[in-house]
Amino acid sequence: MSKVRVLVGTRKGAFVLTSDGKREKWGVSGPHFAGWEMYHLKGSPVDPNRIYASQTSGWFGQIIQRSDDGGKTWHQPGTPAGQPTTTPDGMSKGESNKFVYDASAETGKPLTTHQWYDGTQHPWEFKRVWHLEPSLTDPETVYAGVEDAAIFRSTDGGQNWQELAGLRGHGSGPKWQPGAGGMCLHTIILDPSNPQRIYIAISAAGAFRTDDGGKTWKPINRGLHSQYIPAPNAEVGHCVHHVAMHRSRPNVLFMQKHWDVMRSDNAGDSWQEVSGNLPTDFGFVIDVHAHEPETIYVVPIKSDGEHFVPDGKLRVYRSRTGGNEWEALTKGLPQSDCYVNVLRDAMAVDSLDKCGIYFGTTGGQVYVSADAGDSWSPIVRDLPAVLSVEVQTMP
Amino acid sequence: MTQVIRVILPQHLRTLAQVKGEVELDVEGPATQRSVLDALEARYPMLRGTIRDQVTQQRRPFLRFFACEEDLSHESPDAPLPEAVVNGTEPFLVIGAIAGG
Repeated sequence: MSKVRVLVGTRKGAFVLTSDGKREKWGVSGPHFAGWEMYHLKGSPVDPNRIYASQTSGWFGQIIQRSDDGGKTWHQPGTPAGQPTTTPDGMSKGESNKFVYDASAETGKPLTTHQWYDGTQHPWEFKRVWHLEPSLTDPETVYAGVEDAAIFRSTDGGQNWQELAGLRGHGSGPKWQPGAGGMCLHTIILDPSNPQRIYIAISAAGAFRTDDGGKTWKPINRGLHSQYIPAPNAEVGHCVHHVAMHRSRPNVLFMQKHWDVMRSDNAGDSWQEVSGNLPTDFGFVIDVHAHEPETIYVVPIKSDGEHFVPDGKLRVYRSRTGGNEWEALTKGLPQSDCYVNVLRDAMAVDSLDKCGIYFGTTGGQVYVSADAGDSWSPIVRDLPAVLSVEVQTMP
Repeated sequence: MTQVIRVILPQHLRTLAQVKGEVELDVEGPATQRSVLDALEARYPMLRGTIRDQVTQQRRPFLRFFACEEDLSHESPDAPLPEAVVNGTEPFLVIGAIAGG
């Protein structure tokens, strides 16, 4: 019988939730890395037991962790537990947390500054990894979206990281500036039909696409309209919160922007607003049903000044028409006195039939719907604030 | 000349390095913050970047270095450590700032 494994990153550690295909009874393991901020965990689609995790701390910085046994044990790539920490020739293996911006002339313009909050130029400073995206074909290859915004790639299982510097080298780099959460590259989408194409999104620069495997990038923000920037239709500067794609239609993208839910039918070349009848179109998460590419999910949040659900009601909104027409999904979710947020990487879908939808809240609940959103129940209620949720579906 | 320097790490770094209690390090040449941290990172590479920046080698902002009831955080990384640390009477402490929730 099928199994699901839900990988939960929280402010104070990681948790692994497991169930069978019914998704009714759950096992909970954790906290892993207790006390650390776990920004994201994600498994390799080709080797589900290979899981990458971003472990961060304001005190101690960035650590990359890896599991090769489905989350039971972990190690920092290059320094396996219990094994020598140096190679036979004496070189250290512990390089897995080294993210150094590329400053070489060959691989991109060696950008060193971006726009700071006060309008002055500020040096790029590595802070943390927000998102890890394992390759669709090679378990040793994984991409990392980092703050300050850049994309890195490892081809040796997370041990060594190289920046794809063409992104920061895009001419607009000096105009990028941080959103309230920092200048983070938080979304990486690999096109299953075209290995040369990758989409990324940055707060608050916008969305970008490469069609040559990461060498060169172009902004894909036409149609976005943001009142909070000086030129509302600018090429860059939009606070994109998250982007989602259905693997069967890689040219169709759905976006939750700071305000506005958007869709593109041409790989991001242009966007149309599809907020429709949502009670508020501010929010962070957006995701697509595993089997119905026109069925999408968001969790509306009251406003940028009030990061909680409106009216004290936790409601997931589902559109079966690719946007514009939305229905509230409330069965099993608190409908009074609820003031949680759902952060940008904290929703995921499994690939069972019926499709399971999962999301985590800043109040520490992780909810599951085993019927595509019609009804919900909490898997856990009292974790630390949830930063990210991913799910793995296994035979 | 080799000295044995005692180092006390904050709990999260002891967990990362998979050590309990204090760490004893063989440090070649003059014992300084730099030589002690070099020896620490050579023996426990998983700690690279957690105490000082991988590139700039600057102390991370929320960490401090104490020894002999003194704050050495603003001393030169190449200044000699106190004699009591060098002769093993006192440990070199890496302390996490009390902040956050």
